[in-house]
Amino acid sequence: MSHHPNEIVRRARVARVLLVLSFVALCSAFFRTQVLQNAQYVLRSETNRLRAVPLPGARAVIVDRNGETIAENLPGYSVSLLVPNEDSLKSALRALNAVVEIDSLQQKKAVRDFRAAPSRPAVIFNDASFQVVSVLEEHRVDFPGLLIQSSPKRYYPDGEAMASLIGYVGLITEDELALPKFADYKPGQQVGKLGLELQYESQIRGREGSRYVEVDARNRVVRDNGVRADEPAESPPPLRTNLDMDLQRYAHEYFGDSLRGGVVALDPKTGGVLALYSAPTYDANKFIGGVSSAYYNSLLTDPHRPLENRATRGRYAPASTFKLATAVMGMKMGLVNINTRMPQPCRGSYFLGRTFKCWDHSGHGDVTLAQAIQKSCDVYFYQLALRIKMINLLAGGVALGFGEKSGIDLPGELKPTWPAGFAYFNKKYGARGWNQSVALSLAIGQANNEQTPLTMAKFYTALATDGAAATPQIVSRDPERKQILNLDPEQLRTLQVALAEVVTRGTAAGAQIEGLTIAGKTGTAQVNGQEDNAWFVGYAPVDKPQIVIAVLIEEGLHGSTAAKVATKLMERFLKRKLTLNTVTVD
Amino acid sequence: MPMALRKQGIDYPLLVIALLLSTFGILMVFSAGQTDMPANFVLSAWKKQLSWFAVAIVVAFTVMRGSVRLVEWSAWPLYMLSVFLLVVVLFTGTGAGTASSVKGWLTIGGVRLGQPAELAKLATTLMLARVLSAQREAPKSLLELWKPLLVVGIPWLLIMKQPDLGTGIVFIGICFGMLYWSGVPWQLLLMLASPGISLILAFSTGVWGAWFLVLVALVLWYRTYLYEGVILVVANVVTGVVAPSIWDRLDTYQQQRLLMFLVDPSTDTKGSGWNLTQSLVAIGSGGVFGKGFTLGSQKRGGFIPERQTDFIFSVVGEELGFIGVSVALALFLALLLRATRVATRASDAFPSLVAFGLLTTWLVHVIVNVGMTVNMMPVTGIPLPFFSYGGSFMVVSWIAVALLLRISAEGRGQPDALGL
Repeated sequence: MSHHPNEIVRRARVARVLLVLSFVALCSAFFRTQVLQNAQYVLRSETNRLRAVPLPGARAVIVDRNGETIAENLPGYSVSLLVPNEDSLKSALRALNAVVEIDSLQQKKAVRDFRAAPSRPAVIFNDASFQVVSVLEEHRVDFPGLLIQSSPKRYYPDGEAMASLIGYVGLITEDELALPKFADYKPGQQVGKLGLELQYESQIRGREGSRYVEVDARNRVVRDNGVRADEPAESPPPLRTNLDMDLQRYAHEYFGDSLRGGVVALDPKTGGVLALYSAPTYDANKFIGGVSSAYYNSLLTDPHRPLENRATRGRYAPASTFKLATAVMGMKMGLVNINTRMPQPCRGSYFLGRTFKCWDHSGHGDVTLAQAIQKSCDVYFYQLALRIKMINLLAGGVALGFGEKSGIDLPGELKPTWPAGFAYFNKKYGARGWNQSVALSLAIGQANNEQTPLTMAKFYTALATDGAAATPQIVSRDPERKQILNLDPEQLRTLQVALAEVVTRGTAAGAQIEGLTIAGKTGTAQVNGQEDNAWFVGYAPVDKPQIVIAVLIEEGLHGSTAAKVATKLMERFLKRKLTLNTVTVD
Repeated sequence: MPMALRKQGIDYPLLVIALLLSTFGILMVFSAGQTDMPANFVLSAWKKQLSWFAVAIVVAFTVMRGSVRLVEWSAWPLYMLSVFLLVVVLFTGTGAGTASSVKGWLTIGGVRLGQPAELAKLATTLMLARVLSAQREAPKSLLELWKPLLVVGIPWLLIMKQPDLGTGIVFIGICFGMLYWSGVPWQLLLMLASPGISLILAFSTGVWGAWFLVLVALVLWYRTYLYEGVILVVANVVTGVVAPSIWDRLDTYQQQRLLMFLVDPSTDTKGSGWNLTQSLVAIGSGGVFGKGFTLGSQKRGGFIPERQTDFIFSVVGEELGFIGVSVALALFLALLLRATRVATRASDAFPSLVAFGLLTTWLVHVIVNVGMTVNMMPVTGIPLPFFSYGGSFMVVSWIAVALLLRISAEGRGQPDALGL
């Protein structure tokens, strides 16, 4: 090599410049990363090592019209595991199983939850008993990813009385998570499953908060407090309903263990649901956070089907309670007024192709419409049906709302059965399989006419007021009322008088309550293979109705049975309302 | 001190800088062991590193006693030995650390003795210095470079066969650095590098085309021999055109590492880009002043991969911040500038070339290793001198310090005529 000093010095100078330049380049790369992009990387380092552990938010409290609690939250504990991967979750579950019992179903569920959301803790016990929590606290050091935290637990003070209304809450299922309406839900969260809890889910769900734990590269918890300020969970304001808990409880007490049926009580002017009860019932509290299979199976195999909500899903022939609808149609068409008599007096039966019996075989004689309502004379209404004509009868039923749901704010309501036209019969029986004498049965609330206590109660809100039916509302919105009767006020008044006479001296005379004027109509529906169902739909007080009640009692034998229940409930509600008002005035 | 040191005495600045770097490094190895993870071997790595440091000092002191003449004499046997070991390791080698798929370790009876590549770097530097210092005139054509290229080429091919991409880069650095220092014109160096440059630029036809025009102009301007020029142009066309097929022959992990360098590392955070992303997050979150010695949260959580070896500089960046990084880099720069001074003042061509070769080795290690932690360089598993945990590397680094001290001591006492 040429080792001349001048050459060396020149090369050394170039080498020094290159050295300094390359170090300046390195330094500037660090300057950019550490000084200019610092904030961005600080954020990423936080997300790297901090895991948000969800803090469940309490659901809104639900109260009745007087502020009494229907659904509340009790302190509870949830146990979950924050783990790096499925294998360590499984081994942690095995290890935990040695300390507290975790059945294989719970283990599988925890694993499924983890797969769905690996960065969230897998919930093991949603509602751990105090005993389990204290045992786990003891062994906490052995399980680094174990999280025990308070988690509000739903509680219904009147779990049995409210079962048909309130629904329950439980962990969200995989099927539910797939639905668009649960898009922002995550596995392990609570969700309303039925009833009000489901209906008003978006309004009453708790807003989840977060607390932060520090994890290492393998997702193991290193520190679990004070790494970052918690974001507290939030609970929405109470949900106020139109319900009257006292009445609801009273209905539950009255039905007891022996009666089966449904009750719907509405405020006739607003449609506000005062009570909605189905018997037999079950304890909604036992469903919270997952029902035990033993309890659930006992409900499923119960021949009386306690899980069926008879008030909104039970479809029964409305029987004589429907005669008011037939009467309204006749009046509206100008065929009858309250004093009109039919050509053929009641001798206990009517012949049209075959014999149509009246419920009272001894007959009612020559009666006016008012008397026919009061005594519930079938023969009178057979003849009225023939005057109305079948096609008008079907259309009239549709106009009065018997073919559609009541529109209550409760999931799962079933549509009542009401044939909209001849097509229904042609389809069902074939064109020659039926004849228009079926109109006779329809007119007295039998045959292809099945209504729920809810739709009957809705119809009677129209009879109790100015002819407008109010949509039942559990949580009040603007009242929705629709004129369906279209009678002139005088016609309507005569009908109301006739209804009042049913209780004073008619079929429901035995159900009178002293000091209370009640109007209503009994119904006794024949059911193949079992005893007759008992109906009563009515309202009180007569001059200024404040409550409409529909009561159905399965195998109640006669409408008067239902009438006794209904009038007792009316009395309870009206007298208590009176006392409450007095107290308020004082 | 031996007789030869009378001339100059010990180059204290060089020694002090090297000691400071070693101390800094051992402290960082200690910090790398301080984590929230369950106890592992990294926890006690600093103790081993400290004992290796002691060994390295003893070895360095011994090496310093040998004269430059003795070193020159030992070049041949050392070179032969290292080539032999590189061949042996191809058949018996085992992997370790980030480069666990690379067979670079010489293992006898299950005990890992060291990496022959470390010895080869030193031996090749000495051998290259011997060959280059023997040439009276600097080469003026590519053909005249056959001897030095052969000296580097043999160990380089053996190392690329392992395959150890990182060490391969170091050899190329040593080769070009020492050729430059021996006086080879820059045009020749550029032409020598041109097939490699074509290979890299081949991925974009337009850029490669522009580069090809520059090369042709350079060949015409420098007036190479006709056949040289033709061979050069052909070689560039070949590498430029066959580059994709060569790419296909690279192992998947090599492709991934190169790609990771070429594309955004954050695109694949849990896969191959994970190491790099975590290193960037650690360094970036360190800010100006750092999170404090031993307190780096990314390191404590075990997010920094290979934090005691390849990515130890990420720990510096996270815990000591931009200030700490600047201090460490300033120390390295001071070491290299001081080594340049040693090379400049060496008594003869051989020691001067050795000194420059050693400093080039360090330079490539520092640039590639530190550059890798901030995504300036591809992730190749090459260690950071004086910092990365590892016995043989520590010893080799201090042998280099000892050689520089010896060359400095035997060098010209006075600044040369031009006042250096």
